[in-house]
Amino acid sequence: MSSEQERFVTDTSQVGSDTRDARIGASGTDNRFNSKLREAFGSSPFILTKFDRFMEWVRGSSMFMLQFGIACCSIEMMHTYAVKHDLDRFGAGVPRASPRQADVIIVPGTIVSKFAPRMKRVYDQMPEPKFVVGMGSCTISGGPFQEGYNVVKGAEEVIPVDIHVPGCPPRPEALIYGVAKLQERIANGESSPVTVKPYELEQFSDLDQDEVVDKLADEIDEDDLVMRYNWADSP
Amino acid sequence: MSLEESTPDTVDTGVTTAEEIEALLGDLVLDRDDHLNAPGFVVRPDQVQDTLFRLRDEAGFDHLSCVTAQEYEDRYESIYHLKKYDDPTDEVSVVVPTPTDNPVSESAEPVYRTAEWHEREAYDLVGIDYDDHPDLRRILLPETWQGHPLSRDYDQDRPQVVPLREHANPLQEDHEGDEDDTMFLNIGPHHPATHGVLHLKTVLDGEQVVDVESDIGYLHRCEEQICQQGTYRYQIMPYPDRWDYISAGLLNEWAYARVAEDLADIEVPEYAQVIRTMGAELCRIAAHMLAVGTFALDVYGDFTAIFMYAVRDREKVQNILEELTGQRLMFNYFRLGGVVWDLPEPREDFFEMIRDFLDDLPEALEEYHDMISANEILQVRTVDTGVLPPEVAKSYGATGPVARGSGVDYDLRRDDPYGYYDELDWNVAVEDGCDNYSRLLVRLREVEESAKIIEQCVDLLEDWPEDERTIQSNVPRTIRPDDDTEIYRAVEGAKGELGIYVRADGTEKPARFKIRSPCFSNLQTLPEMSNGEYIPDLIASLGSLDIVLGEVDR
Repeated sequence: MSSEQERFVTDTSQVGSDTRDARIGASGTDNRFNSKLREAFGSSPFILTKFDRFMEWVRGSSMFMLQFGIACCSIEMMHTYAVKHDLDRFGAGVPRASPRQADVIIVPGTIVSKFAPRMKRVYDQMPEPKFVVGMGSCTISGGPFQEGYNVVKGAEEVIPVDIHVPGCPPRPEALIYGVAKLQERIANGESSPVTVKPYELEQFSDLDQDEVVDKLADEIDEDDLVMRYNWADSP
Repeated sequence: MSLEESTPDTVDTGVTTAEEIEALLGDLVLDRDDHLNAPGFVVRPDQVQDTLFRLRDEAGFDHLSCVTAQEYEDRYESIYHLKKYDDPTDEVSVVVPTPTDNPVSESAEPVYRTAEWHEREAYDLVGIDYDDHPDLRRILLPETWQGHPLSRDYDQDRPQVVPLREHANPLQEDHEGDEDDTMFLNIGPHHPATHGVLHLKTVLDGEQVVDVESDIGYLHRCEEQICQQGTYRYQIMPYPDRWDYISAGLLNEWAYARVAEDLADIEVPEYAQVIRTMGAELCRIAAHMLAVGTFALDVYGDFTAIFMYAVRDREKVQNILEELTGQRLMFNYFRLGGVVWDLPEPREDFFEMIRDFLDDLPEALEEYHDMISANEILQVRTVDTGVLPPEVAKSYGATGPVARGSGVDYDLRRDDPYGYYDELDWNVAVEDGCDNYSRLLVRLREVEESAKIIEQCVDLLEDWPEDERTIQSNVPRTIRPDDDTEIYRAVEGAKGELGIYVRADGTEKPARFKIRSPCFSNLQTLPEMSNGEYIPDLIASLGSLDIVLGEVDR
């Protein structure tokens, strides 16, 4: 036991005090709080780092996920949260039901025309900084449903995505890997790539006049928010 | 089965053969258009209600299982697939052609209330108008959608504009009328209790529900279109997994396998049928486990114990299914004429894995009963709430645990046997409490019955002679059923009667592929169960219906 503890103490000759002994348990006191972190800090109880760097590390280590189920992938997402896989072990928390309390949104499923404006609205309601994990093939390209008349060809058409997890559906292990990758990115201070989103929520009166808009003028108020799909331009 | 009692019934339901039905309908019948599963009678668009009333009241066809709409080159057509709850092998199709330039047909809603949503869907996707329909609006697509996507001249590339109207603060206009004191409340489409992307427009008076309207279509993934683009042999089979995605994949695959095998006249080896039966029942256990877990989650808000227990048991089932099929959720294991591969080697280990699971199951179920069904809190919340009388359930076409929880003894595994079910010893779980509690009990009892079936299948498979293990019959690479053959076939999915209608046109792809989803019909009963009740009971009722939006919206 004691030999194992000694491996953590890197530089005993330079710094030595009762405090240190008590902290790292060299004197055989309670060693339950020893951790990788302590190993990284060495024997000094002080660390020097940039505040930003510290915040990024904190942010990546405590992520609140949004409880957000769309389709098949949400079943595997539930399994990821629950026993056996237990995403909480990785500091990615218990799902929150309200977008106002969440940092990360996992988009688990096919996005169709009727749902995309709602998903955009949920995303907008999350406080900054926020991150998006696209789960499954549908959020990459529309997946097996890409040819559907009603299917948005990937989540990136509507919101920016930090991490794509491929699969139909991805296994829980794959999702955990994706979340771990996201944590790594956040800890390194990398932000999501800037993407051009073809589909935006905008006021109906701001749309360019064309045949469809003219036809719908009676049905939709001028200040209603709408999302316009140009299917012909979709990949 | 006393003979005295059955005599008066036969007066009502004695009309079974095609000739008897034709005689009953008399001059309402214009023509015959028989389907492979049932005689079909062509009637005039303005005599739909007369025909259906006569079939329901005088011939006992009390179950409108599906309404299929389609467009031919020269006409539109609505097909009403009728069955009897007492004997689902008694089927009849009522075919209603309407001209292309004026597709107006009489609504069946006054006869069968389930027709309301089915006809809205037909209007939405194909574009047939229904006279006398109470509320003919789009149901799956946004209301501002242009065109009808399953009609022949639909241009998929035309731009569409979809409004976001529900964003307005509901408290600004929270009164339905000037006089009454009601509040409008949106539940969903993103809400933990709606089991996916369902939107409930609820009108509340205090804490009581005055009216609830389900707004569906947030997961309408064009399953029918995609199946119509795929070839029978291989390209359609992966999609059924994604209709009811709560691990019920094999049950759904069986729906397609059954309809395509009957259409193309393909035999399935007995050995494959036993494997199918075993796999399907494993799926049913997994699906019911999640239903029970999320129901407890809805009623208690209990994310810790019961939900986790349910997931724990699901993981075991999923491990077995992964051994068998190679996938955890989207199995793609059935093929036309059998299954894709044999049981995993070494077989003894696989059987032992299943037996271990079955041995632990009674204890696990005992735990569920301790924590859920025997729990006083849950009983207070669920007994006598969400009441669905059997007659109402039938008129909405409810099937599966929802119907069986209302005392409707209807299970296609027994009543319209397929696979290996009729050779095995098991019971249909029926409860006549008609409330949320009964539906929960039915699911828990069905898990036991499924376990019985699996055990018998394992026994059979263990002793199966090695040289008779044929997993697939000889099926041609390309399947081209005869032109203009039509068939509707259903199996007992996890949620109820999962049916598929296919019309072949002589090519290797179906000309029309229509999915009859049990959840679609079951969800229609929600206002009947919730109006006038408290809002927590609405949530409990919704949980007890156990809907999957992938199947509701397709």
